[in-house]
This record gives sequence, structure tokens and C-alpha cells, in this order.
Amino acid sequence: MNKTINQKAWFFVVPVFVLVAFNAAIPLMTVVNYSFQETFGNNVFAWEGTRWFKQILLSERFHDALGRQIAFTFIILLIQIPLGIGIALTMPKKGWGVPVCLILMSMPLLIPWNVVGAMWNIFALPDIGFLGYSLNAIGFDFNFTQQPGDAWFTTILMDVWHWTSLVVLLSYAGLNSIQPAYYQAAEIDGASRWSTFRYIELPKMKKVLTLAILLRFMDSFMIYTEPFVLTGGGPGNATAFLSIDLVKMALGQFDLGPAAAMSLIYFFIVLLVCWVFYSLMMKNEVKS
Amino acid sequence: MAKITLNNLSHSYVSDYTDADLVLRDINIDWKDGGAYALLGPSGCGKTTLLNIISGLIKPSKGDILFDDKNVTSLNPVERDIAQIFQFPVIYDTMTVYDNLAFPLKNRNLSDTEIDSKVREIAEMLELTSTLNNRASGLTADGKQKISLGRGLVRSDVNVIMFDEPLTVIDPHLKWILRSKLKELHQKINRTMIYVTHDQTEALTFADQVVVMHEGQIVQTGTPVELFEKPKHTFVGHFIGSPGMNILPCQIKNGQINFAGQEVQSNSNIKKNNYKTTQLGIRPEFINFSDKGIPVKVKRVSNTGRHKIIDTECSGGTIKVLSNASTEIPSGSAYINFDQKYTYVYGDNWIIE
Repeated sequence: MNKTINQKAWFFVVPVFVLVAFNAAIPLMTVVNYSFQETFGNNVFAWEGTRWFKQILLSERFHDALGRQIAFTFIILLIQIPLGIGIALTMPKKGWGVPVCLILMSMPLLIPWNVVGAMWNIFALPDIGFLGYSLNAIGFDFNFTQQPGDAWFTTILMDVWHWTSLVVLLSYAGLNSIQPAYYQAAEIDGASRWSTFRYIELPKMKKVLTLAILLRFMDSFMIYTEPFVLTGGGPGNATAFLSIDLVKMALGQFDLGPAAAMSLIYFFIVLLVCWVFYSLMMKNEVKS
Repeated sequence: MAKITLNNLSHSYVSDYTDADLVLRDINIDWKDGGAYALLGPSGCGKTTLLNIISGLIKPSKGDILFDDKNVTSLNPVERDIAQIFQFPVIYDTMTVYDNLAFPLKNRNLSDTEIDSKVREIAEMLELTSTLNNRASGLTADGKQKISLGRGLVRSDVNVIMFDEPLTVIDPHLKWILRSKLKELHQKINRTMIYVTHDQTEALTFADQVVVMHEGQIVQTGTPVELFEKPKHTFVGHFIGSPGMNILPCQIKNGQINFAGQEVQSNSNIKKNNYKTTQLGIRPEFINFSDKGIPVKVKRVSNTGRHKIIDTECSGGTIKVLSNASTEIPSGSAYINFDQKYTYVYGDNWIIE
């Protein structure tokens, strides 16, 4: 077969090329550019090589922020995934309860991040907030603006409130796709409630749960707006997660070089974890 | 092992039901211990509902289920000690074939040695021994269905084993193998088996007694031969057989049958004539071409290899005739005769005997 050579077809790709260039490639390359150089403004740059990368990777501040970030992500995954599955299991499968539960569950997901932060800030204030006031009234010394533990507690509670629904909705969809015959067979086989969950529901939910964990990992690992509005990273640096610390460095101190290097390291961590997840998912796909 | 009795069973999926909501009405069945039975009917006739009521997955709206004269209506499937195999293979994905087969026994707290011997015995019977240590999720559809089957057979104490269209997802050439395997198993373990299907070949080859269901009712119970030779209801007539029975409108005057202007002899003994509709039922197998009889026009002949199916037309409607492939078929105008022994009259769709 003879193929007609027509290079004009490349013009069809131009719009996508321009779009991707402007929204991804060029901004990213700007960051790469900053990460290898020192600038004092006026577009004057000096080559620094890998100095900023070494500095960030060795700095205690980055280690602390990364540690806090990993701890935060780990805790919220540990709470939200089991809790989400648990709620999905107790949700009704038919009747009027289904739309009611689905709407209730979707509501937190529809509220903008900064509004969630502001809501919880006011809600948890020890003097006027319902949560903060009540906790103090029943004898707890609760003040999230002063005590790091309370700040963590509030931030985690806020994230659980905001995002557990996502896990619930995904799990619920996974549960609903299980054919009734599986439950009937388990009933006839004499399986206990736990065995039914362990050998039918959990394996059948594997795909959606991997997705839920991946989504919750990415979102929580890159969380910014809600803790920024709630605590601003404080008290001290207690809740300064990676992105909050990054913004402080870039816009607060105007250390563009180290901030750029930190962005890239941050980006590669996220990319690496996503790649691992993706590979695992694909591996299971091939097997089944 | 048990004999099964169903007393005046009715069911509706709505709690506040009227007669029109009933998916099953007045089901009465007596099944002997150790028999092989089939529930046959088209999709939506209520046969799966009936099966789920017998297994205890659904509570009937009305009526009783008795196992060996003991009322089990309020018992759940575990207490009833039944096994059921579903339309789609149900396997526990994360377990091996061995663990799948052992699962119902483990849940009943049998000892490990007992479980092991049972599992190996069943695996041997179903030719699963070589795959015992494989992950069940990697098997083909028929392998998975064998596991479902095995989980049903592995328990020695079951009262009844029920099959809900178990061969739907199996390839045609494997269907034959699995079906004969089932028949063989039935003879070997001699337990009551109930087989639900919409496929007449499956029902007729598997069961000693076939229950034909239509719109939530049992229209006939009988051996395959009875269903073929003497259908009690016009539905059984055209549902069983390929092609089905010819059901032709006829008139009855003074106990005589008049069809298409001709007098026809039948095996029915007509004593009264207060039916809304009267029909003549005759299977294509029992019609012959002749020199005299009912005048017809031969419309179409289709050769299936072993048989010829001939569409003929007369003033009373279309009549299908089945002949041997070697028979000469007249073309154009011809005469046909009905075999009196297999000709029945149906009043309001039920046979007049």
C-alpha cells in the first residue's frame, strides 16, 4: 500500500501543542529554570547547579515538613478508608434512603476548599465556635490556635469531614456492582458477616478502593487551602505541610531558587507514588 | 435428603398485594426424595422465584414449604441445609480452588481431615484435582461453574441441590459434558435435585419429572414423554417441541369437532361445550400427507437435515407438518390427516380428556 506523505496534517496538532505548552510545559520549565539559578530580580540570573536541591534535601525544615506531610496523609488514609467502607456498608441499598444518603454524602464534596477552612475555623474557635466552646465547656482544654495537638486534631477532623464522602461514594458504587447471587451463595455456604465482607465485598471493591486511596493520597499530599485558612500552618510550624511551607518559602521569603527546587522534589514524590499505584493496579488488571 | 412438599404457595414482591401482583399463584408440589426434577418455563414465569423460595432466600407471601413433612417456611437457607448453584459462577476470587470447595465445610466447623477427604473426593468427581492449588479467579467460565457445583456437592448432609440455569454461561460443547456429568452425579449420590431452566432440551434430558410453569402457575407436571404426547395446556404444547404443537381454532357441535369445514376425530371425550374458546391441538410429528382429508396448500419446506418442516395453509390457519427428510412432499394442493391418538381438544387452553 502506498501512503501519501502529507506534512500539512501537523497543523492539526498545533492547537493542542500550544495549549499544553502554555498550561504545563512552559510554567514547569520556568520552575526548572529557577531551580538551577539564583536571581536578584531585574531578570538577572546566576548559575547555581544543583546547590538548591542539595540544600533542600539536607535541610531540617524540609525533613520536618515532609514528615508532617507523610504523617498527615497516613493518618487521614487510615481513618477515611475504613470509615468510608464502613459507612458504605451501612447505607441502604434501595428505597427512599438511597437518594437521601447520596445527597447527604455529596454535600461536603460540593463546598469550596476555602469555605471549608473558614467554616471549621469558626466552628472550632474556643471562645465562640460550637465545637471549641463545647469541648471547653465539658472540661477539655481545647485551643487549636495555641496548641499543636489541638491544631492537628481539628485539621484531621476537618479533612475527614470533607473527604470521607468520596471514599463512601466510591465504595458504595463498588458494593452495588456485586451481583446478588454472591450474597445468596455466601448465605447458603454458611458464611459469617465477616467472611462475606472479607471474601466477597472486599475483593470486589479492590479496584474502586485502589482508586479511592490514590485520589485521597494525591489530594491530601498536596493539601493547601483548608489548613491555610484554618491554621495558616500554625501554631508555629505545627501544621505547615509541604505546600504551605513551599508557599511560605516562595512568597514569604522570596527564596525562589530553593522553592523551585523544593517544588520539583515535591512533584517527583507525588509522581513516584502515583506510578507505583498505577503499576500495581495494572498488574492486578492483567491477572484478572 | 428429603422429600419436598409445597402447599398453596403464592408470592408477590410487594407487601400490600392484589391478585394482579402475584408472581406465583397456588403452587402445589410433591417431590420424592432423591428425584431429579426440572422447573421449565420462559423468562419471567416465576421459576427462579419459586427456586429461591424453596432455598429460603425469599419468604413466600402465602403457603408452606415442607421438607420431610417438617415445616421449614420460616427457616433460613443454612437451617434448611440446601445447596444452590446460580446462573453465573459464584467463586471466592481471592481463594484457591481448594479453599473454595472447603469454604462451606469450614463454616460448619468440620475437622481438617474430614474437610480434606471431602474436598479431594469432590474434586476428583469434577476433575478439578489438578487445579486444586490454583487461584480460582484464573479459571475459565466452565471451571468456575464446576467450583460452584462442587461447593454445593461437597456437603453430604444437604436436603436438596438446586440449579438455577447453571449452564447459561458455558460454551455449547461443554454444556453437553457438564450436563451428562450432572446426570451421572445424580445417579451416584442419589440426592434430590431441582433444575431450573428455560431450555427444554436441558430439562428433558436432566429430569425424571418436569414442571412446566407459565405466568406464575404450574401448567403441567409430568415425564418428558407425557409432556410431549399429551400436553395439558396449550402453552405446554407450543413451548415444548420444535416446532411446537399446532393450536388451531375449532368448533364443537353435539360432541363433534369441526375444523376448517371438516369433521375431525380426536382423543378427547367432549361432554360439555361451555368454553369461551375451543382449539384443536396436534403436534407436527403426528400429521401425515394423504389422498384425502383436510385440503391444504403447501407454502414452504425447510430441510433441517434429519427432518423436513412443511408450512401448509388451510382455511383454518397455518399448520406445520414434520416429516422425515426422505419423505416426498407434494407441492401445491395436498391433503393431510391427523393421528387421532395424539389429537386433543383444548377448552379455554386446558385439555379436554
